[in-house]
Amino acid sequence: MELGPKDIEKIAHLARLRIEEGDIPAYADNLTHILDLVEQMNGVDTDGVAPMAHPQDASQRLRPDVVTEENQRDHFQGNAPATEAGLYLVPKVIE
Amino acid sequence: MEWETVIGLEIHAQLATKSKIFSGASTAYGAEPNTQACAIDLGLPGVLPVLNAEAVRMAVKLGLAIGATISSRSVFARKNYFYPDLPKGYQISQFELPVVGLGSLEIELEDGSTKTIGVTRAHLEEDAGKSLHEDFAGMTGIDLNRAGTPLLEIVSEPDMRSAKEAVAYMKKLHALVRYLEICDGNMQEGSFRCDANVSVRPKGQHKFGTRCEIKNLNSFRFVERAIDYEVERQIDIIEGGGSIVQETRLYDPDKGETRSMRSKEEANDYRYFPDPDLLPLDIDEAFIDKVRATLPELPDEKKHRFMTHYGLSAYDAGVLTASREMGDFYEAVVQACGGNAKLAANWVMGDFSAFLNKENRDVTEAPVTADMLGQLLQRIEDNTISGKIAKDVFEAMWNGEGTADEVIESKGLKQITDTGAIVAICDKVIAENPAQVEQYRAGKDKLIGFFVGQVMKESKGKANPGQVNAILTEKLKGG
Repeated sequence: MELGPKDIEKIAHLARLRIEEGDIPAYADNLTHILDLVEQMNGVDTDGVAPMAHPQDASQRLRPDVVTEENQRDHFQGNAPATEAGLYLVPKVIE
Repeated sequence: MEWETVIGLEIHAQLATKSKIFSGASTAYGAEPNTQACAIDLGLPGVLPVLNAEAVRMAVKLGLAIGATISSRSVFARKNYFYPDLPKGYQISQFELPVVGLGSLEIELEDGSTKTIGVTRAHLEEDAGKSLHEDFAGMTGIDLNRAGTPLLEIVSEPDMRSAKEAVAYMKKLHALVRYLEICDGNMQEGSFRCDANVSVRPKGQHKFGTRCEIKNLNSFRFVERAIDYEVERQIDIIEGGGSIVQETRLYDPDKGETRSMRSKEEANDYRYFPDPDLLPLDIDEAFIDKVRATLPELPDEKKHRFMTHYGLSAYDAGVLTASREMGDFYEAVVQACGGNAKLAANWVMGDFSAFLNKENRDVTEAPVTADMLGQLLQRIEDNTISGKIAKDVFEAMWNGEGTADEVIESKGLKQITDTGAIVAICDKVIAENPAQVEQYRAGKDKLIGFFVGQVMKESKGKANPGQVNAILTEKLKGG
């Protein structure tokens, strides 16, 4: 499967990555190779093989439903560029 | 052309856990902004999510209650999108392998018939934070207290054919999650909210029309109105020669209309993939059996029992089992009044519910307890008071004037059953109304009502109506 410049722009947009125009052919080439590898794996007979959700053969540990965290707002907000009235401020987003 | 509406609902029920789904931060509602958002909820580097056992237990509980398959292995996935109230840039959800598989729910329609609605799946996921767009010049304020709150997203099949059916389904599920005590059902606080997928197609056509998704409907009334509006809008477009664009729309309750929100991103734009931070969730039979043992009597079972055990109509049984609390209250009243199930049903559904509605209170907040109401009903049964006086006593009890016996005593409302006293009043009324006596004896039987009314008025409603009727009939006959 061959990826074109449009595909690269779309993928970069979805991941919110800014890429240089001049780098697009190289990205397209690299990603196409990855897809080629996937295509190659698609050729393997996997009948009877359960899909792997995680490389570790283990299952999720559960924690008891107990509140263990205390309020550390001031501490965390010390790292934030802008806060007001306890809120984190970000550039205005309106749908 | 005749059109058919097709509706599927996605309902988000906030699970009533104490802590978040992947962190130990509190889920309590109404806290100061960001005081319940810990490092995991903020998505700080290096943190790892650990799954809350209670959230899993609650999801399984719902699954069992709707007769669904419980997945022995389910997987958490990342749903990727960018929005400031989603700090990690992805929401942890479930995609290909949800914890709850295919189940169903039976709804009751207005004509009394029932319909089975398929539930495609239910999956666990985390909620996002809240964005506040006003009050900050050129900026948006973010409160992440809600980020990481456990949600169970319950997805129905496109089985509903009208807004009314959609509301019936939503109400049924709302009652169910509260019966199961897995969600407080508080719609104003957003604990139970609904997105509706709506499309129309010519009647008889098999293929579905293009659908629109209406987001964040947080009341039963809004669901009904939004769907009705949306159906009309879609039919107008198609009949006008246009076609429906698949999109997300928002309901504006003030204007009573839906408006376009944003072009719905294609499903694969979310680029779901298994979350490497979480291992697969394995649920074994022993866990499921343990949860099954905690299931309460479900609404349908309770309704059926009320019909067979108390001899109630399907309608009455349905009203009285609409919530677990109402059912419990009713049964306590039956017990307290000595077993007259029909009388208890009439009072709980009548005056008691009317007062609750008037003051917008929940059954658990009623000033009249089941024991108090039970005693009142006993006084009707043993002829201490008439049903009419009982209404006044009830109101007095509601206003905190004491128990039924106390109110009857202090207001002197005890029914007069002493025949001598009633005869005296009847004689007085007959003597004072010679013209009516004349007419009655000339054949105007209906006037008996007038005489009974006068006697009741004279006795301030305390005379036993049955006795009054008998005595008057006897006296007026003679002459």
